[in-house]
Amino acid sequence: MSTARVEGRLSQLAWTIPDTLVITWRSVLRFVRLPQLLFFSTVQPVMLLLLFNYVFGGAINIGSVPFKYIQYLLPGFLVQIVVFGSTQTSVGLAEDLSRGIMDRFRSLPMSRAAVLAGRTLADTLRFTFLVLLMVGVGYAIGFRFENGFAYAVAAVMLAVLFGFAFSWISAFIGMSVKDVETAQVAGFVWVFPIVFASSMFVPVESMPGWLQAFAKINPVTVTTDSMRALSLSLGGAVWPHLWKSLAWIGGIVVVFLALAVNRYRRIA
Amino acid sequence: MVDNPDSKAMPRSDGRPAILAEGLKKAFGKIKALDGIDITVQPGTITAMLGPNGAGKTTLVRILATLMRPDAGRAEVAGHDVMREPELVRSLIGLTGQYAAVDENLTGRENLEMVGRLYHIGRSLARTRATELLEQFELTEAADRASRTYSGGMRRRLDLAASLVARPPVLFLDEPTSGLDPRSRLALWDIINGLVKEGTTVLLTTQYLEEADRLANFIAVIDHGHIIESGTSQYLKECCGGDVLVQLHLSDRAQTAIAGEVLSTFGDGKVQTDEQAGQLSMPVVDGTTILPELVRRLDARGIARYDVTLRQPTLDDVFLALTGRTADEVDAEAAAGKPHQHGRRPS
Repeated sequence: MSTARVEGRLSQLAWTIPDTLVITWRSVLRFVRLPQLLFFSTVQPVMLLLLFNYVFGGAINIGSVPFKYIQYLLPGFLVQIVVFGSTQTSVGLAEDLSRGIMDRFRSLPMSRAAVLAGRTLADTLRFTFLVLLMVGVGYAIGFRFENGFAYAVAAVMLAVLFGFAFSWISAFIGMSVKDVETAQVAGFVWVFPIVFASSMFVPVESMPGWLQAFAKINPVTVTTDSMRALSLSLGGAVWPHLWKSLAWIGGIVVVFLALAVNRYRRIA
Repeated sequence: MVDNPDSKAMPRSDGRPAILAEGLKKAFGKIKALDGIDITVQPGTITAMLGPNGAGKTTLVRILATLMRPDAGRAEVAGHDVMREPELVRSLIGLTGQYAAVDENLTGRENLEMVGRLYHIGRSLARTRATELLEQFELTEAADRASRTYSGGMRRRLDLAASLVARPPVLFLDEPTSGLDPRSRLALWDIINGLVKEGTTVLLTTQYLEEADRLANFIAVIDHGHIIESGTSQYLKECCGGDVLVQLHLSDRAQTAIAGEVLSTFGDGKVQTDEQAGQLSMPVVDGTTILPELVRRLDARGIARYDVTLRQPTLDDVFLALTGRTADEVDAEAAAGKPHQHGRRPS
């Protein structure tokens, strides 16, 4: 490797954070400038939470646990919100690709990771807003964190971090499909199975054996269980679930960041 | 190699060409988009790559702008190898593609400031340059409106402005005026000419002979990934299109052959004949002076009913002369995906 090339790489690394912040700013402005998008992407999860709580609440039997359904529902719902929300990362990136602005970024002497990292960070800010909003709505309809403030904060942070990790999966998909509509459809294809084949809505034990095998290692199950442990007094010990969640998050970020940035370098 | 860190943002100016490509090849599956391209562009000049859709123009620009790697060959921009030192090349080029690559949700000013910051010229210089460029491109009034609300011409101007934020010594313009109205096109030509007067090197691609003619010092005609002819605009017209084209449309198609005989006595150019339509054309040097004589000689051969037209040669004419096909036919072949023809490239 020539010295110039090494220098180029080093200066790219040094610029990763400032460049990422510029792209984050630009991606956040999208929500500010499109208030309708913000409105409907906010109303939708609120509506879903209310529907789940009042429509299914009476019917879904959570065994002998003397919970109000909202106590069971909300911790998992926060995970679901960020997982579904993460599909927007690929849509936004596919949009950039189809409009040619990705070519502009790629022709600039900026960090190769910044375009993707800026987008996933902006989406993570959106998840923070959504998760806090859902907690607020949850409180209005009877949800309560049962383990004190510190655990509540930890639960919110875990949900947001999980969303950040899934944004990277979504970024990789966005860089692979390169087309807005395909990105939208592709998002649902991978998200539905992992959301539904999990402990989010029903206990894993109620599923057929082959599905249980998947559901038990599913990062959504693991994180839903962590969320319940952090939020509820009957949720069980925190660590046995939490370390698995954090391992999943770390693993997903490392693998999909590398894959997505590699795609970004090679788009033709 | 770079010894002095300050030299990073400088092009090498030791008499080397601003753009150099040697034997560039790129294939997409079976389609050879570039099939051995060599070009040399001297600093401070404009070179136009002239060709129809799918000729390989965009692929060439994308390789030179470090967006894509060639399968074979090498290229240097501002003295730096595009494959070995892409980071350096990127800091020395500006690129304006076929789409107005602006962020629609940002204002014009925000777009330019963002690009400036990503060129790493610093926040305050980015701000200054944005204001200057908005002024220069007559966008000051719309500067603080979301670019979503801009007209097509305004977006193109903003896009071009974005590629100039860091005052790059080398500029790539991929069909910069396609889809623009004539007035916006003229305005863009003025801007491009102004840049070159200040020392910028420009490589542009176009489908319009007129555009290449008006802007470029040097024109390369590209087809099927090959440069099939190159030279000054004057040279190309003389070799391939003529200064002016005489066109005859006969009422009696049976007289086509005789008319062709007559026409061929007016110059060395090749007479293009379409017997089905009773149409003939030939490039000539001075159309207005030969017209009376042409009418007389046609009359002498008993050809009396026809339309005669003088017109500027177009890309079609140059193409027809060089390849025996019109640019439209090339397009149609590409669309039909005929074998042995290099089709329209993806993207």
